[in-house]
Amino acid sequence: METTTNGTKNSATVPLKTEELVVEIRGLKKAFSGYEVLKNINLDLKRGENLVVLGKSGQGKSVTIKCIVGLLKKDDGSVKVFNEEVADLNDEQLKQLRTKIGFLFQNSALYDSMTVRENLEFPLTRVLKLQEQTEITSRVEEVLEGVGLLDAIDKMPSDLSGGMRKRIGLARTLIMKPEIMLYDEPTTGLDPITSREISELILEMQKKYKTSSIIITHDMPCAKITSDRVMVMNNGEYVAEGTYEELERSDNELVRSFFN
Amino acid sequence: MAEQALPAWKRTFEEAGSQILFLGNFFKNIFKSGFEWSEFVRQCYEIGYKSLTLVGLTGFIMGLVLTLQSRPTLADFGAESWLPGMVSLSIVREIGPVITAIICAGRVASSIGAELGSMNVTEQIDAMEVSGANPMQYLVVTRVLATTLMIPILTFISDAIALFGGYLAVNIDGKVSFYLYFTKAISVLGFSDIFPATIKTIFFGLTIGFIGCYKGINSNKGTESVGLAANSAVVTSSLWIFVIDAIAVQLTNLLAYH
Ligand SMILES: Nc1ncnc2c1ncn2[C@@H]1O[C@H](COP(=O)(O)OP(=O)(O)OP(=O)(O)O)[C@@H](O)[C@H]1O
Ligand SMILES: [Mg+2]
Repeated sequence: METTTNGTKNSATVPLKTEELVVEIRGLKKAFSGYEVLKNINLDLKRGENLVVLGKSGQGKSVTIKCIVGLLKKDDGSVKVFNEEVADLNDEQLKQLRTKIGFLFQNSALYDSMTVRENLEFPLTRVLKLQEQTEITSRVEEVLEGVGLLDAIDKMPSDLSGGMRKRIGLARTLIMKPEIMLYDEPTTGLDPITSREISELILEMQKKYKTSSIIITHDMPCAKITSDRVMVMNNGEYVAEGTYEELERSDNELVRSFFN
Repeated sequence: MAEQALPAWKRTFEEAGSQILFLGNFFKNIFKSGFEWSEFVRQCYEIGYKSLTLVGLTGFIMGLVLTLQSRPTLADFGAESWLPGMVSLSIVREIGPVITAIICAGRVASSIGAELGSMNVTEQIDAMEVSGANPMQYLVVTRVLATTLMIPILTFISDAIALFGGYLAVNIDGKVSFYLYFTKAISVLGFSDIFPATIKTIFFGLTIGFIGCYKGINSNKGTESVGLAANSAVVTSSLWIFVIDAIAVQLTNLLAYH
C-alpha cells in the first residue's frame, strides 16, 4: 500500500528540524455519506519542518488537515498532535490545542462583518484575552507590517483583492504565534510575484517562530521554496514522500507528473 | 445516499435531537464568562431598531382595520361603546404578539439564517472555532438573547401604535376624545391579559433567534444552502410561533379561569 519512493526519508538536512513528531497520522479514514474520501493516510510532521502536501483537486487534502484540528471527526485510524489523540480531547483541551495551531483557510475565511483590524483583534481579545489596548494595537500593526498590508488596517474584507485577503488571513493566524501552521493552498490564485512573497513569508515564519508547518499546494515554485519534505497523496491514500529533489526524479508516474 | 435511505420519521427525530442539543449548548454558553456585550448591543440595534418602521406600520394598519371592520357589527347590537375595549383586548392578547412575531420571523429569522449560513459556507465559523474562540458565545448567544429581548419590546410598541390606529378609526367623525378612548381601551386590560401575552412574546423571540441561528449554523456547505437556511428559518419559526400561540391560549385559559 505504501510505496515510498527511494525509501529514503531525508533527515536533519535543515538544522531547524528535529526528529520529534508534532503531528502523527496513521491509517486515517474519513467518509462523507458513504463516499470514502480518505482511505489510508499516514503523515508525520516533525518539529520545525515544512511539509508540503501535493495531491490532485478533490483528493481530500483539506479534509486531512481539518481532521488535525478536530473540525472534522475521523472515522478510523489515529490522529495525534503533540502526542495526544485529538478525538480523545474534551472541549477545553481541544480549545487549548487549537490555540497552538494556526489554520489558513483555502478561501481566507475573513470575518466579513468586521474590519481588518477587528479581524486581527478577534483572536487576541477572545482567545488570549488580552486587555491592554496598546499591546493589542502594537501586535496587530506588527503582524500587518509583516505581511505588508499596514495601510489596509481599516478596510472591510469586501474591499480587498483575493491576494490581500489571503495575506490578511495569514496575518490573523500568525498573530497567535502558533507552534503548528496548516496552510491550505496559501498561494493559489495569486500572481507569481505575490506567490513568491507568500512562500518567502512562510519560510520566514519557520525561521522566526520555529513553527512546524503543513503546506497544501499545487504551486510547484512555492513547494520548492518552502519544503523540507514533500508528501504526495492520491485517491485518499498516501503515495510517496521525500525531498523535492528526490520526488522530482521519482520513477512513479503520478509523482513525477506534479513536477512538469 | 446513506442519509436519504433513512426513513423520514427517523430523520425528524434526529433533527429534533440535534435541536435539543443545540438549545442545551446555547443555555450553557449564556453563563460562560466573557459575555459579548458589544455584539449583543449591535444585534439589538439590528433586530430591534431596524424592524421598528415595519412593525409600527403594520401595527397601525392592524388597529385601524380591526376597528373599521368591527364597528358595523357592534353598531347593529347597539354596542358601539364596547369598540375600544374589544379592539384593545384583541390586539394586546392575540393580534399584536402574533403579527409582530410573524413579521419578525420574516425579517429577523431569515436574516440571521442567511448571515450565519453564509458565514458557514465561507468557513468563517470554522475559522472562529479553530482559532480557539467560541462561535456559540459570539454568534448564537448574542443573537438569541437580542431577539428574546427585542420581540417583546417591539410587540409593546406595535400594540400601542395599533391602539392609536384604532383611535383614528373610531374618531373618523371626530366625536370621540383621545382621553376617553384610551381610558376605555386601557381599563379593560387586566393582569391576566398583559402577563400571559408578554410571556408568550418572550417565547416568540426566543424561537425566532434560536431557529434562525440553528438553521444558519447547520446549513450545508454549498452556495444554495444560504437561501435554503433563510427560507427554512422563516417557515420553521412561523410554524413554531403558531404552535406556541395555541399552547399559550390553553395554558392561559387554564390558569385564568379555574
Ligand atoms: N464537509 C463535507 N461534507 C461532505 N463532503 C465533503 C466535505 N468536505 C469535503 N468533502 C468532500 O471530500 C472530498 C475532498 O475534499 P477536499 O476539500 O479535502 O479536497 P482537496 O484535496 O482539498 O481539493 P482542492 O485541491 O480542490 O482543495 C470532496 O469530494 C468533497 O466533496
Ligand atoms: Mg482543499
